[in-house]
Amino acid sequence: MVLELQAVSRMVEGRVHIHPTSLTLQNGTMNVLLGPTLSGKTSLMRLMAGLDAPTTGRILWHGEDVTGKRVQDRGVAMVYQQFINYPGLTVYENIASPLRILGRPKAEIDRKVRETAEMLHLTPMLARKPLELSGGQQQRCALARALVKGAGLVLLDEPLANLDYKLREELRVEIPRIFEASGAIFVYATTEPEEALLLGGNTATLWEGRVTQFGPTPRVYREPVDATTARVFSDPPMNFTSAVKQGARLSFGEGVDAPAFAVQDGSYMAGFRANHLSLERPSAAALDLRCKVIVTEITGAQSFIHVSHGEDRWIALVEGVQVLEPGQEISLWLDPRHIYLFDGEGRLAAPAAYAQAA
Amino acid sequence: MQKIQNNKAWFLVLPVLALVAFSAVIPLMTVVNYAFNDTFGNNEFFWAGLEWFDEMIHSSRLHGALGRQILFSAIVLAIEVPLGIFVALNMPKKGFWSSLVLVVMALPLLIPFNVVGTIWQIFGRVDIGLLGHTLEALGLDYNYVNDPIDAWATVIVMDVWHWTSLVALLCYAGLQSIPQAYYQAARIDQASRWAVFRYIELPKMKGVLLIAVLLRFMDSFMIYTEPFVLTGGGPGNATTFLSIDLVKMAVGQFDLGPAAAFSLMYFLVILLVSWVFYTVMTSMDKAEAAQ
Amino acid sequence: MAQITLENLAHSYSAHPKSDSDYALKEMTHVWQDGGAYALLGSSGCGKTTLLNIISGLLRPSQGRILFGDRDVTDAPTTERNIAQVFQFPVVYDTMSVRDNLAFPLRNRGMDAAYIKTRVDQIARMIGMEAMLSRKAQGLTADAKQKISLGRGMVREDVNAILFDEPLTVIDPHMKWELRTQLKQLHRQFGHTMIYVTHDQTEALTFADKVVVMYDGRVVQMGTPEELFETPAHTFVGYFIGSPGMNFIDAKIDGHRAMLIGGTQVDLGAHYGTLAGRTRIGIRPEHVVLSDQGLPVTIRRIEDVGRHRILRAELSGTPFNIVLPEDAPPPGPSPRVAFLPGKIGVYADDWRVAPQAVERAA
Repeated sequence: MVLELQAVSRMVEGRVHIHPTSLTLQNGTMNVLLGPTLSGKTSLMRLMAGLDAPTTGRILWHGEDVTGKRVQDRGVAMVYQQFINYPGLTVYENIASPLRILGRPKAEIDRKVRETAEMLHLTPMLARKPLELSGGQQQRCALARALVKGAGLVLLDEPLANLDYKLREELRVEIPRIFEASGAIFVYATTEPEEALLLGGNTATLWEGRVTQFGPTPRVYREPVDATTARVFSDPPMNFTSAVKQGARLSFGEGVDAPAFAVQDGSYMAGFRANHLSLERPSAAALDLRCKVIVTEITGAQSFIHVSHGEDRWIALVEGVQVLEPGQEISLWLDPRHIYLFDGEGRLAAPAAYAQAA
Repeated sequence: MQKIQNNKAWFLVLPVLALVAFSAVIPLMTVVNYAFNDTFGNNEFFWAGLEWFDEMIHSSRLHGALGRQILFSAIVLAIEVPLGIFVALNMPKKGFWSSLVLVVMALPLLIPFNVVGTIWQIFGRVDIGLLGHTLEALGLDYNYVNDPIDAWATVIVMDVWHWTSLVALLCYAGLQSIPQAYYQAARIDQASRWAVFRYIELPKMKGVLLIAVLLRFMDSFMIYTEPFVLTGGGPGNATTFLSIDLVKMAVGQFDLGPAAAFSLMYFLVILLVSWVFYTVMTSMDKAEAAQ
Repeated sequence: MAQITLENLAHSYSAHPKSDSDYALKEMTHVWQDGGAYALLGSSGCGKTTLLNIISGLLRPSQGRILFGDRDVTDAPTTERNIAQVFQFPVVYDTMSVRDNLAFPLRNRGMDAAYIKTRVDQIARMIGMEAMLSRKAQGLTADAKQKISLGRGMVREDVNAILFDEPLTVIDPHMKWELRTQLKQLHRQFGHTMIYVTHDQTEALTFADKVVVMYDGRVVQMGTPEELFETPAHTFVGYFIGSPGMNFIDAKIDGHRAMLIGGTQVDLGAHYGTLAGRTRIGIRPEHVVLSDQGLPVTIRRIEDVGRHRILRAELSGTPFNIVLPEDAPPPGPSPRVAFLPGKIGVYADDWRVAPQAVERAA
């Protein structure tokens, strides 16, 4: 089974919600839609589900055109940010409800409900009502309801956003495991890069209604095709500065030069991630960037140092607890292997060497 | 929002459409027919053009009724809306008392209109009515049958009694939707009671308040039963509002042509005002959504 | 500004609490320094919101006292406590302009107009909303509205404390970085006592000088981010701080050795005597290295999370996580792990046990 979007777009009252998008989602894959609020994640999901009709383009399901088909006839399951369960029914009945609607035999319903409950660790709570459960359990119940009917397409719209940080972390580990067992196409919307990385699979990065890149998650992370993708897929945000290539040198101003990249002479925007800056010189080739400390945040094992470098504001993620005074001048070291170069339009001009090697 | 369409839903609406055609469209057309024709019975009609309309527009009788009607609606709105808000603000927010108050408040709304009229008719009587008798015992010269001012006062108090709960209940629903954090923030900001009302409660009630004003305006502008039962439009024409006058004209005097023209204009005025309200409301919603 | 003292404070939502479990907040005594940045960290239902409501005056504690400086405010209403609060969802006065929103707490206190103007301009500059001062608050994005809420919290200079109730919940990840830095800068500039309630460890650790970890109505540890990370006092702190949290393995403790199930031994590097109860050793995933010798582990899956890799493994039958740097080579076919010296914690019945002073040097 394959879900294919062919140049699908959506306009509402003259405003573009989704620019023409073509995506092919293979059966048995986890697909993450990553982007900030209002970037079009939910709109795209609603198109996939058939809740909204596309303005242009076609949607193919297993080769068959389902563009105009009703949601009810599509074999789609959806889980929302809010924990949506039937409050009056027990967990067992909640999970059984999609099967009852399909009119499956009793024995089959019972078997499937118990299987799904087991997979989601809900077996001890089957007799309880959703409101007697914790938030994490309620969302698991909603997940179970989505999985039980064996839908070919399961859409998850920021399902963990309303949960506590730690619960989120636990479910994030569980979801790929559940998904592997089910064999469906999963589509998972999130605003958090870290969540996308933990879920693995494929990631589509979204920005202002456009899918900027789609591919295996680690690859999109390490080889973004443009600055927008790199920005969306970095937490802390990617650091940027301008660089000029002339002849054999790539210059960062203040006399900091790196050996030239294989690009034409001209101005570029250099991007690098927070964790690739360090307080100690990591290698002989590393660049010495003089920065001014704005604020330091300590996470226990690591420190985030917010600095200014000329006009630019950067964040460095360094090991250990670093106590630095605001206003202090420090050297941040950057290995040129970790630098991405983007051209004037923001397209990737030269990838970071380390990502190529990996 | 654009959904995937199918046309089956129309079938569900059909019975209602048929019903509305019989109960509203056909009678309305009859009225239109009367408004442009003259008739002496026997289903014989003579084209009258705009004559009835012309007559009605220049009729001092209609002007009088319209003036009274506008005054009545204005007074009733001016009392009921602030009073309703005030009551809503002071209603208990939760617990046993809140349910009790809600039930008590809903009571006047459940009484049939003519019963309301009858209750007040008896209530206000000087000989046996509690209100009338008490007022007289206090030495006040009160008689709603003879005194136009007393009649007006009674009709207004009756309407306030009957309908303030509606405004209050709507406002109460609006108030309930305000998160506690707002009140807490206001306390921390040391906002005065007035500021809390002006900047938190009133903006949140705005939507329901508009609906309340619209409903109360339309209802009060069409008021018939209660004053008819209470005063019959008197003394003289003192409490003869538009609909009472209309019924007098059509049923009492059998002036069907002028009455039909009158009701069409009446209908258009209400339609116009409601439309203005509706546009204002939706444009406010849009402005909010667009921002 | 004031030091905040919680004295034998406890709270129960039931009128006649009978047992310990009836208390949403178990008895505690703490002193919070004037001008400190504190975070109350815990999962939902741990009592952190109850504690915040007691400090803000929304709840009266069922026992104990609360003092701002020397003044007993246990019975004082919110308005008298002279605090500011920022809520989970933005609370702005929709019909007012941004400027009026920021000026509101000052105007209500009858401040001088010239002062209000300079102060509001100053705050607007700090939260980066100078350009929007004359706009109506209605219709702004959630980010912008929450910035106004933060600004309104900061605008008064004389507050005893500023309370934050999960203020970044509705904010996009990128914006969180900006707002957090702004908060930190504001704290440094004005030196207010700040109390920040959250379930998000990153927010708590990066914001606070001292993090108060709460669990089941109790403060299980109060310490700097480094202390919480390196020496969690309770297994809950070990689990709650860090992603993934600390690994705990059941072990018999005997002197300086821990005996795991299956008989493997781990050198603890310090002496613990013999311990009763359920004893476990704890080690952070970051403090585990792959090595040629050491404990054998079974690797279940490897997650590439960008700046590092998480190895989901099993060690003597318990789930065990290992964090590897981004550029580290992947594990071989029969991986073994070693623990970094001095990073192993010993826990008896969930509480950390301090090593005994070395009694025999020889």
